[in-house]
Amino acid sequence: MAGVYVVVEHDQGQLAPSAGEALTAARRLSDHLNEPVIAVVIGEATTEFVSLCEEHGIPKAVSVLDPQIVDYGPELWGQAMAELFSLTEARVVMATGTDRGNEILAQASARAQIPFVANCINAEFSGAWELTRMQWGGSLLEDVTLDTSSLFISYAHHSVEAEPLAAASATQIESIEMNLDPVLCRSLVQDRVTLSEGTTLSTAAVVVSGGRGVGSAEGFASLEALAGLLSGKVGCSRAVTNNGWRSHADQVGQTGTRIAPDIYIACGISGAIQHWVGAMASKNILAINTDPEANMVTKAGYAVIADLHEVVPAIIAEIERRRGNSTST
Amino acid sequence: MRILVCVKRVPAPGSRINVTPDSLNVDTNHLGFTTSPHEECAVEEAAQIVEQHGGGVTVLTVGPSEAEEQLRYAASVGATAFVLVSNDTGIDWDPQQTADAIIESIAELEADQGQFDLILFGNESADSGGHQVGIRVAVALGRPAVNGIKGIEVGVQGVTARREVDGGYEVYSLEIPAVLGVKEGINLPRYPTMKGRLASKKAEISARETQVAPGAQQRRRLHQPEETVIETEILGTSSDAAPKIVDLLEELGVL
Repeated sequence: MAGVYVVVEHDQGQLAPSAGEALTAARRLSDHLNEPVIAVVIGEATTEFVSLCEEHGIPKAVSVLDPQIVDYGPELWGQAMAELFSLTEARVVMATGTDRGNEILAQASARAQIPFVANCINAEFSGAWELTRMQWGGSLLEDVTLDTSSLFISYAHHSVEAEPLAAASATQIESIEMNLDPVLCRSLVQDRVTLSEGTTLSTAAVVVSGGRGVGSAEGFASLEALAGLLSGKVGCSRAVTNNGWRSHADQVGQTGTRIAPDIYIACGISGAIQHWVGAMASKNILAINTDPEANMVTKAGYAVIADLHEVVPAIIAEIERRRGNSTST
Repeated sequence: MRILVCVKRVPAPGSRINVTPDSLNVDTNHLGFTTSPHEECAVEEAAQIVEQHGGGVTVLTVGPSEAEEQLRYAASVGATAFVLVSNDTGIDWDPQQTADAIIESIAELEADQGQFDLILFGNESADSGGHQVGIRVAVALGRPAVNGIKGIEVGVQGVTARREVDGGYEVYSLEIPAVLGVKEGINLPRYPTMKGRLASKKAEISARETQVAPGAQQRRRLHQPEETVIETEILGTSSDAAPKIVDLLEELGVL
């Protein structure tokens, strides 16, 4: 049993934003275990995949091929990873804990009958596995031990920063042909529907969010205007979706979207755990709240202790004033 | 449609989660309990499907005897049969043990009453978030499974399920029986009606005992993440703060 096999996530060949994170976490685990890291792509090894492996100095990558793999399918991909695990006698199979990453590893580990520990932030082995993983979306940590040799592990998304090496080195690609059970094609993606092109809540550099303090669906108009001026997106707390003021697609939080903008402007949001874990990866936070003791305020780098209904229009006016000045001069 | 929904009783924390002195559990002394949010939506979805297409909704939970509260809540919002698989060890079983307990119960329920067309789970539980119990159950039963589901349509042959991805959704078309991991946002769960509250009182809960093999994953300690203490810079206490805020936005290069 040897080797850290890391699933590099992609959608129809397009690498997931988390791909570099996965390789970085795999390199660290491989250093710790003193076992090689092998990058795995389910499907063809695209040039984008190969360059990413080279940037991370991964000596060997595996491309898992089967004519039935025409698109993503949790069962087919899970079975492919389970078979790769037995074939290679891998020590560790890992991925980033995205929706797909966790789904592939859950499928694969169930099929391989190996334990799977999701959303870890640290993994060590000294006779037994000692892992630290996220509970409650990261508001609480759990130390667990497993008395097994092989393990499936996902690393919590955003818990590792992608760190390519200073100098790239060549990656050798091995193709492994499989003959997967055709019945598993029953859960392949059948179709895709795009609702919004370009920036989304999870990739936006600026997110302007409102909570209970906004007071109504109409109250979001000024937040929309501010987000528009900053080319950002509007988010909200769970209280807002529960009140039917905004669609759940806008919800930032443990059961909504995890965001990581350059600045998060949180208006009238108390900052309960459910919300905080979705917002905590933000690089800067500005809280606008009448309550100086609100969790969101005490955890924010910047705060304005005032009514959002007065502050947000004032920010808009100030931006427009400066823009007006700069165009007239 | 015969639908089974598996739910979990979880604490409802506010702004901080405290742990017990032995560090093995969440200190729930001052906390209420609720159904894990994704699963609350799974119960609602099942109730809506059955209202449209007929059938029944069985809700199953693995947990302490107090989890009866969550089953009774499910009764108040449309579920029709209830199974409590007791784990009174005071600590959650690991994902494989939990899956084993559910698999065993499903085998018995299906032997008695016939196959479930759909088995719904929450995408992951709000507390431990292991991301795998539903999938382990599906693999053991040999049924298709897709997670992250935010839309279900029942057709003649099977179900069409929508899975949320960044900027849109993926469509899956599954024959039944199938297993789906549901996410909050698929619907807005109803509040119990007066009639629902009565149904909840009358609901008969079938209690099951089970023996599970020792788990591979042992919990050693729950602890708070290291918090970087943040010095909050107060930019103002009125709309007069606007110029300072816009200065900040310029500094961050987002303007």
